[in-house]
Amino acid sequence: MDAALAQPPHVIAGFTVPRVMFQVLGALLPVLAVQIHLFGLRPLLLVAVAAIVALACEALALHLRQRSVRPSLRDGSVLVTAALLALAVPPTLPLWQLALGATVAVLLAKHAYGGLGQNPFNPAMVGYAVLLVSFPLEMTRWPAPGGAWDAMTGATALDTLRTGLRQSYTMQEIQAGPAFGHIGATGGEWINLAALAGGLYLLARRIVRWHIPLAMLAGIAVPAALFHVFDPGAHASASFHLAAGATMLGAFFIATDPVSAATSDRGRLVYGAGIGLLTWIIRAWGAFPDGVAFAVLIMNLAVPLIDRYTVPRIYGHSG
Amino acid sequence: MNATAILAATGAVAAIAAVLGGVLGWVATRLRSDPDALVERIDALLPQTQCAQCRYPGCRPYAEAIAKGEADIDRCPPGGETTVHALAALLDREPRPVDPQYGITRAPRVALIDEDRCIGCALCLPACPVDAIVGAPRLMHTVIAAHCTGCDLCLAPCPVDCISMVAPADGQPGRAAA
Amino acid sequence: MKLRGLRLDSHKSRPLERPIRVVPPPATLVLALDQGSGEDALPVVRPGDSVRTGSVVAAASGAAAALHSPVSGTVREIAVRPTPRGASRCIVIENDGRDDPVAPAAPVDWRAMEGTALIEHVAAAGTAGLGGAAFPSATKLALARAADAELLLLNGAECEPWICCDAALMRERAADVVLGAQVMLAASGAQRCLIAIEDDKPEAIAAIQSAARAATDERIEVRVLPAVFPLGAEGPLVAAVTGREVPHDGWPPQVGVVCQNVGTAAAVARLVQDGRPVTTRIVTVTGSGVKQPANVEACIGTPVGELVAACGGYTAEGARRIAGGSLTGRSLAGDDVPVTKGVNCILLATDADLPARAAEMPCIRCGDCATVCPAGLLPQQLHVAARSDDSAALARFGLSACIECGCCDYVCPSAIPLTVRFRAARERQHLADLERRRAREAKARYERHQRRLAEQAEAEREAFDDARRRARGPDSGGR
Ligand code: SF4
Ligand code: SF4
Ligand code: SF4
Repeated sequence: MDAALAQPPHVIAGFTVPRVMFQVLGALLPVLAVQIHLFGLRPLLLVAVAAIVALACEALALHLRQRSVRPSLRDGSVLVTAALLALAVPPTLPLWQLALGATVAVLLAKHAYGGLGQNPFNPAMVGYAVLLVSFPLEMTRWPAPGGAWDAMTGATALDTLRTGLRQSYTMQEIQAGPAFGHIGATGGEWINLAALAGGLYLLARRIVRWHIPLAMLAGIAVPAALFHVFDPGAHASASFHLAAGATMLGAFFIATDPVSAATSDRGRLVYGAGIGLLTWIIRAWGAFPDGVAFAVLIMNLAVPLIDRYTVPRIYGHSG
Repeated sequence: MNATAILAATGAVAAIAAVLGGVLGWVATRLRSDPDALVERIDALLPQTQCAQCRYPGCRPYAEAIAKGEADIDRCPPGGETTVHALAALLDREPRPVDPQYGITRAPRVALIDEDRCIGCALCLPACPVDAIVGAPRLMHTVIAAHCTGCDLCLAPCPVDCISMVAPADGQPGRAAA
Repeated sequence: MKLRGLRLDSHKSRPLERPIRVVPPPATLVLALDQGSGEDALPVVRPGDSVRTGSVVAAASGAAAALHSPVSGTVREIAVRPTPRGASRCIVIENDGRDDPVAPAAPVDWRAMEGTALIEHVAAAGTAGLGGAAFPSATKLALARAADAELLLLNGAECEPWICCDAALMRERAADVVLGAQVMLAASGAQRCLIAIEDDKPEAIAAIQSAARAATDERIEVRVLPAVFPLGAEGPLVAAVTGREVPHDGWPPQVGVVCQNVGTAAAVARLVQDGRPVTTRIVTVTGSGVKQPANVEACIGTPVGELVAACGGYTAEGARRIAGGSLTGRSLAGDDVPVTKGVNCILLATDADLPARAAEMPCIRCGDCATVCPAGLLPQQLHVAARSDDSAALARFGLSACIECGCCDYVCPSAIPLTVRFRAARERQHLADLERRRAREAKARYERHQRRLAEQAEAEREAFDDARRRARGPDSGGR
């Protein structure tokens, strides 16, 4: 027997990384289901393509790094990356672009830094950001829900809001447009609801803990509510922000990626709040349709600093 | 783009540069490294064997030479790789192996005086850099093993060659093999 | 104070189906000089000496309590033997079977005694922490006296899975525990005593409560705690019961508490009842590897194999032998390892009891380890620091506060052997500290040496100048 294993503790819970990852994948199913309901089978195709490309890249990278390929392929982490990327991009995205994004995510954002556990940036969001700057047009057109996926594509609610405000329409006029639903964007609010459901499942199963999601949602909702109160004509309400874009997917699935997040409870509150705030700022004043990806990447940068200053008090040590 | 905008932008950049420059200048004067403090910090990383293998009469003189830039960091065999790495980290240099010209890193040893052969000449007393040998003229001498750093400096002066270097006894806190 | 830890399957019911069994003294006893505290007692017998039941065979020293012979017979040898903590020097005694006591049983009139005298009695009886640490009880009591600790905290939490010797003891010998508590109250000068028991031991709780009522001593109370591992460890226990934290470089008496195990209390009770030293203890023998799991009372020095034999022997499946529970127990070398005062359980675990770990994977920084760490540490950060032996980071993340409970390991989804790494890092840091201290001392002596050489040179030059002046004659004046 391995000498280390003859030492205590002699038993561990056996709740392994693959089991964590597959629970996360399971929790993403509602989002996929809603997307299929809204846009047809194309989102499924996207997830499949992203998964295959990501697995191939993972195998290639492991092979090049001379690591054993199988256990790492089975850990499921690369599938989570692929699924998040595929569900975050518009279903109309050309497949080759998606494949490029997945390749960047796995090879550049994950393995160039040393693979599982070593990446300072969220791989899926690196892939998303690269796609967004490379193919801004394709990345910002979402199909209208219900129709065939190629029938008609249009700007998202967040985009419409931005352009509308720039052109000095009032909030009420903009929100009467077809891109808006009851509280957020048509379709978008259902996707967010599905992500919320999956997220609550993860919370219940203790796969993610409440600090990051809550802090992030608060980071979006609080400034949104404040500005909405003072200037409802120029700023959308908190409920709109919570139900728009990738808010819920970001709060429960993206920001909570543990590897690139802050690691103590307090650190995670800071980290989550930072993502929320940045998301809202980018949405309110930035040039991009949604802020989650960039907010996550920027806060990833700040993680070492946050970790440095949020070491919890140790038992028996004062201060 | 009009002239005011250009002026404003230039002005802002100049102001930022001025402020940052001032801060940097202030920091540089406030935090100027004190040469004595540097010697202290280097000395703290040396093993204090005081064996003079570095061709300086002890660790402190070697530390001073490093601080002045006269000696490289690869001259201390007792410290070995560990010490070179610590020095490299402190001084932001590239670590390198100890130069074999100054000796090789060995397992820790302590001096042992063969008390039957010791003639009490007292020649080894001043040779010991850390006062680890006790004795008086014409009386048998002995080494306090816990104080001995294993520097070998007492071997040469002994006229009857009664001192030998041995592995430290159990329980002696010898240098952990690096 | 947040109670961090694990709620685990207790695995305690099978041995508790039977009453405590007494194992007869074996033909050969192996008394380890290190009874579990990490320090050796000083042997006072030589090979060939004859000893009687209760004679002192090794004197107390530092963290080692005195050691007595459980039987009468002859000292065969003093040699290094495998022990529960690896290996230690052991006094091997051949039992002559006569059980010839060194002094007749005589009760101690403890109510008439001074606290300090009582503490001496406790020390002379070799009383040591029977919870596992085997630290001399008298030393703790003396510290408590010196610090005017107000609370005696009897630890009957027994939080670790598989171990149930304290549960059995409290169930069957509750009166002893309460009597021991009274004696230790007198010895330590504490005003009240709380007996902490986890809520998964209802029989023990009921037994102790009725014994306390029977003793009509309102200073003694039972405190029921949730069954959370490692609540029974000293630091977490003090925090759970009093809300106070033991300073990281201090002792519980500094926050007014003295902790003793309930087994220790029972041992003190036996001491005052018949004056005999600690030569036996109760051990849980359990796991699927043994036919009839039970709690047994055995002589210190009894080989593990005899305990297993007294419990019906091994079952067919191969079993690992572990001294202690599944989270902090130590693997045993073989059947001839002797029981020490620190051994509370022999776990004979099959693969079904303790499934093998999954393969280690990289840390994903999930933080699960931090949510269970009773010391409030960030094991994920400690792990990074330990990998590079970064002393500054290890200190900042509190390596010294780690109680090596294994909780972080238990929950880690990447199956990283964190506790093993921390223990190794701590040993390396300890060596490095020694080395640094040695270097500091050598440096100080070197500087003294240099000063002395300089002074000598100065004195010689002055003497030389003097002599020259004198040679030139008194009239030539100065220079
Ligand atoms: S070589 Fe000897 S004297 Fe020189 S620094 Fe190293 S230990 Fe000190
Ligand atoms: S539980 Fe394991 S994987 Fe998770 S942060 Fe701790 S060490 Fe890393
Ligand atoms: S072993 Fe140490 S770091 Fe791990 S949970 Fe226990 S106290 Fe915390």
